[in-house]
Amino acid sequence: MSNTLVLRLIEGMAGTIESHADQLTRLDQAIGDGDHGINMARGFKELAAQKAAIAALPLGEALKKAGMTLVMKVGGASGPLYGTLFIDMGKATPEAAPTLADLSVMLDAGIRGVKARGKAEVGMKTMLDVLCPVADTLRSLVDQNETDGLDERIIAAAGHALHRTTDMVAKRGRASFLGERSKGHLDPGACSSALLIGAVVGVLAPSSAR
Amino acid sequence: MKKLINDVDAILGESLAGFARAHGDLVSLSQAPLFVRRRAVTPAGQVALISGGGSGHEPLHAGFVGRGMLHAACPGQVFTSPTPDQMLAAAEAVDSGAGVLFIVKNYEGDVMNFEMAAEMAPCATARVLTNDDVAVENSSYTTGRRGVAGTVVVEKMLGAAAETGMDLATLQALGERVNGATRSMGCALTSCTVPAAGGPTFEIGEAEMEMGVGIHGEPGRRRVALASASAIVEEMMGAILADLGAAKGEDVLLLVNGFGATPLMELYLVYDEAARRVEAAGLTVARSLVGNWCTSLDMAGCSLTVTRLDAETTGLWDAPVHTPALRWGC
Repeated sequence: MSNTLVLRLIEGMAGTIESHADQLTRLDQAIGDGDHGINMARGFKELAAQKAAIAALPLGEALKKAGMTLVMKVGGASGPLYGTLFIDMGKATPEAAPTLADLSVMLDAGIRGVKARGKAEVGMKTMLDVLCPVADTLRSLVDQNETDGLDERIIAAAGHALHRTTDMVAKRGRASFLGERSKGHLDPGACSSALLIGAVVGVLAPSSAR
Repeated sequence: MKKLINDVDAILGESLAGFARAHGDLVSLSQAPLFVRRRAVTPAGQVALISGGGSGHEPLHAGFVGRGMLHAACPGQVFTSPTPDQMLAAAEAVDSGAGVLFIVKNYEGDVMNFEMAAEMAPCATARVLTNDDVAVENSSYTTGRRGVAGTVVVEKMLGAAAETGMDLATLQALGERVNGATRSMGCALTSCTVPAAGGPTFEIGEAEMEMGVGIHGEPGRRRVALASASAIVEEMMGAILADLGAAKGEDVLLLVNGFGATPLMELYLVYDEAARRVEAAGLTVARSLVGNWCTSLDMAGCSLTVTRLDAETTGLWDAPVHTPALRWGC
């Protein structure tokens, strides 16, 4: 992955988070502590400020440094969770330019890290409820060698998965204290994950950018 | 929102600057990364105690930095966990070589950030998790009970034990024992107002209260009609004692904690109600503490905390302490 591509990935993610920060905060006000957009925007703004230094690194190291930047700047629970996602993806990154199969392995590794860090699984109304279906879609398309329209199918998987969080009862995070009252709302962490996936796909496959 | 502030975004830094100036004989402040430490160097062989969490609970935690209590505290933004860089810098500043014990309230953000700090720390670390709030029931499907005012008791007793040269593993075990012997529950009469939000965290009517409220204004057991102090204490103490499992004749510590906007006059009235119920249950109130220790900004209301005591923990409670918020015996 070239230096310019990493620069554009950072710009794409930071721009998406900045322009959706208010939406994320509103979602978090409904069932959390109302700071998800503010915290994510602070972290990705810092990532954007360091983009040149990060893009100069090999991809694996760049992912680790990006993750560490998020851990130190986002705070709350999202900092360690997104930080771990990036750091563990970085640890699973091959030295050669990654193939789609490598990307699938990297995403799976990042998700394992998030599950361990948050002691969470699918169905608990968290970011995993978007990340896991997306990783499953990517893995199965790569396994079946069906890469035509992969970008659109990833975007669709993220969108469907995000909307399924509305009917879930939160079992992790501040929203879990609300129990049944957490139903009827999109999960803010799932929403930021869907936004980031959209931004990444938008850079890697511009034709499908929404 | 009516508050004594200059700029919403500058509150934390400006408040801590004042704190460090007012208590410059005891503590010093690092601005970046942000942490408060004892002015005195940790003696060789002494385990360093570090706590931290979102701001808005003052004097917790920075007010308890000093002789006989914490070695350092890491304040986050209001009601937001601090980050690992703060914890690592604090650990580096106060570790004497004997290791660092993190005292962490059970909230996912705090737990994960301290966990990452522990993974990155160059020194030996251990952790004590406080989860004394009986209002939110424990369950394998949720985060579990919250850490609230009982954290003050854990910090005081561990601080005294650390001064005796107790090693890291023994301190950790003691911390878990004290936390396990401690139960709390709170009740809010009004909401708090987070400065950055600019308005109340939750709506509550003139004639309502939130029974079992958390220290961030988060929901408790139920919203009910405002009752007399006697009835409020009856419900909270009933829940605490039912869960505590103390045997008749045991000594306990009784802590009445204000949430920030309740006068001491009311807190002492509550203490009287609470102490009578503890004694009616056949327990002896051997030690007590009344005041604002673990607040929720400007929320009105209070929490009760009961800790079962034995000879060792009573001695640790009585040991000299000299911090900005708590001082006795020296």
